[in-house]
Amino acid sequence: MSRIHGRFEKLKGEGRAALIPYITAGDPSLEVTLALMHELAAAGADVIELGVPFSDPQADGPTIQRASERALARGTTLRRILDVVARFRSLDADTPVVLMGYANPVEAMGYDAFASRAAEVGVDGVLLVDLPPEESRGFVDRLVSAGLDPIYLLSPTTTDARIGEIARLARGYVYYVSLTGVTGAKHLQVGDVSARMEVLRRHLSVPIGVGFGIRDAQSAAGIAKVADAVVIGSRIVEEIEGSAPGSEAANVGAFVRGIRQAIDAVARKD
Amino acid sequence: MQMYDLPDERGHFGPYGGVFVAETLMHALDELNECYLKYRNDPEFMAELARELKHYVGRPSPIYHARRWSEHFGGAQVYLKREDLNHTGAHKINNTMGQALLARKIGKPRVIAETGAGQHGVATATVAARFGMKCTVYMGSEDVKRQSPNVFRMKLLGAEVVPVESGSKTLKDALNEAMRDWVTNVADTFYIIGSVAGPHPYPMMVRDFNAVVGHECLWQMPELVGRQPDACIACVGGGSNAMGIFHPYIDVEGVRLIGVEAGGSGVATGKHAAPLSAGRPGVLHGTRTYLMQNEDGQIMDTHSVSAGLDYPGVGPEHSWLKDLGRAEYVAINDDEAMEAFHLLCRLEGIIPALESAHALAQAAKMAPSMRKDQVLLVNLSGRGDKDINTVAGIAGITL
Repeated sequence: MSRIHGRFEKLKGEGRAALIPYITAGDPSLEVTLALMHELAAAGADVIELGVPFSDPQADGPTIQRASERALARGTTLRRILDVVARFRSLDADTPVVLMGYANPVEAMGYDAFASRAAEVGVDGVLLVDLPPEESRGFVDRLVSAGLDPIYLLSPTTTDARIGEIARLARGYVYYVSLTGVTGAKHLQVGDVSARMEVLRRHLSVPIGVGFGIRDAQSAAGIAKVADAVVIGSRIVEEIEGSAPGSEAANVGAFVRGIRQAIDAVARKD
Repeated sequence: MQMYDLPDERGHFGPYGGVFVAETLMHALDELNECYLKYRNDPEFMAELARELKHYVGRPSPIYHARRWSEHFGGAQVYLKREDLNHTGAHKINNTMGQALLARKIGKPRVIAETGAGQHGVATATVAARFGMKCTVYMGSEDVKRQSPNVFRMKLLGAEVVPVESGSKTLKDALNEAMRDWVTNVADTFYIIGSVAGPHPYPMMVRDFNAVVGHECLWQMPELVGRQPDACIACVGGGSNAMGIFHPYIDVEGVRLIGVEAGGSGVATGKHAAPLSAGRPGVLHGTRTYLMQNEDGQIMDTHSVSAGLDYPGVGPEHSWLKDLGRAEYVAINDDEAMEAFHLLCRLEGIIPALESAHALAQAAKMAPSMRKDQVLLVNLSGRGDKDINTVAGIAGITL
């Protein structure tokens, strides 16, 4: 049983939704990233999404774009990120880690080399936003045989046929992007998401996380009512961006604890 | 001989091309593909496009025998396909006209575009004005500075020009930003990509709209010289003008196809924009193709005197033609391009775009060692009025 699957099973038993925070690895440095990962776990993160910075993050808004630029300016590379995951894993055997990024840095490392090293250091899942199912067959096979969960995005405009196709490949969870736009956008409609969840659940057996547009306790609680997991990215990256050096972990921890409380206060129908 | 018929259904040219985008864009691309496949075979649509190209763009563009320039080399005869004489001064309008007509067919009232040198931005702003559409053009802030005449032209035409401050502040960043706009406003917005780059169906669609260039050459050359040229030469940034002239010639035997990338300060210096000459395949902007990237897969900054060639990727079909060996790709440095630019001005009375000057410089390299009855056909993809500030700057002159 994968760490991600185990975590969702446990939460289901407890009647709680998962909290999945995102941070960009290397922003502002990989040392801070390691501290942030431990802080996120302590603050109640169920899965940590660790962004692999890319020079051309087309699906991201300005916040994560700036974080990527800061990380790359500090010499962050995929190999060094994997080393940081290894250090995290040596102290935390329970919190699943998902790498999220773009195809090219992974291709440059090589699919085989990446899959085996990621599995070795204790990565649990991989989401490459610009590698849709049609283009990812070879990659997915390598991930799965290394014991890693391929995570996929679904959007409000994904057709039923594509949902079915993604359902066949997806493991761990799927990430439903709650609005058309880039990360950090601001027009979340909880009602639309709720209606969409029912359609998605007809096709999918894995849990559904919802992200894009979740910025505070209220929107997180709204999503926790209808989805299996709440994904928060840009708002946390803003917290890091606005922190004085050395206070990133404390600020992010406080913010995430607030979200955790809001999510756990929601009575989930199961 | 098997006829060349690519891409496949999912937009692949051999191992290149495809659709590498986030799920949020999938539906829009599928919709665009369906729309294009429907109208490319629609006689009414094609007739409307042909009318616009004839009466508004001014096609067919002539082919001109550059006699004095050819005599200067004392070798091959050089002919110029005069895309610079199109309305707006470059080949770009062949494509923007086609895509604007498609946008009208599917009822999108707003068009957006990315631009490097500004030629595609101007061509998009032009057709948007022609059809009464709202238009937003994304342009790297670095390019806004070095192509200021084109920025003003776009504004005159009623377009909003958004300077992009992220990344290297050039064409690739403008493309990122335009993609972000499209994914956010996809319901009412048509994204007019300006090159044979990006996710399927763009490389195919932009190629098809620009292929009017090569199709005209196929009948113009026999009229002029009684046969097809020994080689077609075109500059390659994203590669739309090159694909436009190359594609109809792919199945024509005996015609060399030569794509000219921007060598910048020289390929050996690393300061260039020549992914086919010195890059390796990867995934960027929705497609798999040759890229300028570092060992970690991060996209590198590019360098070229010509804003329109300053792009770290290249259309995926060029990558495949390179691997197939059907087209050859070379690099021309900034100084070689500048020399060709000045020579054409003085000997032929034609001010070429700095992009096109790269293709001219390659012809200048090849012509002297060729026989006088041999023929080179250069795609003179744009005129150089937009570049006079750059050229003056290099000479230390402030206009």
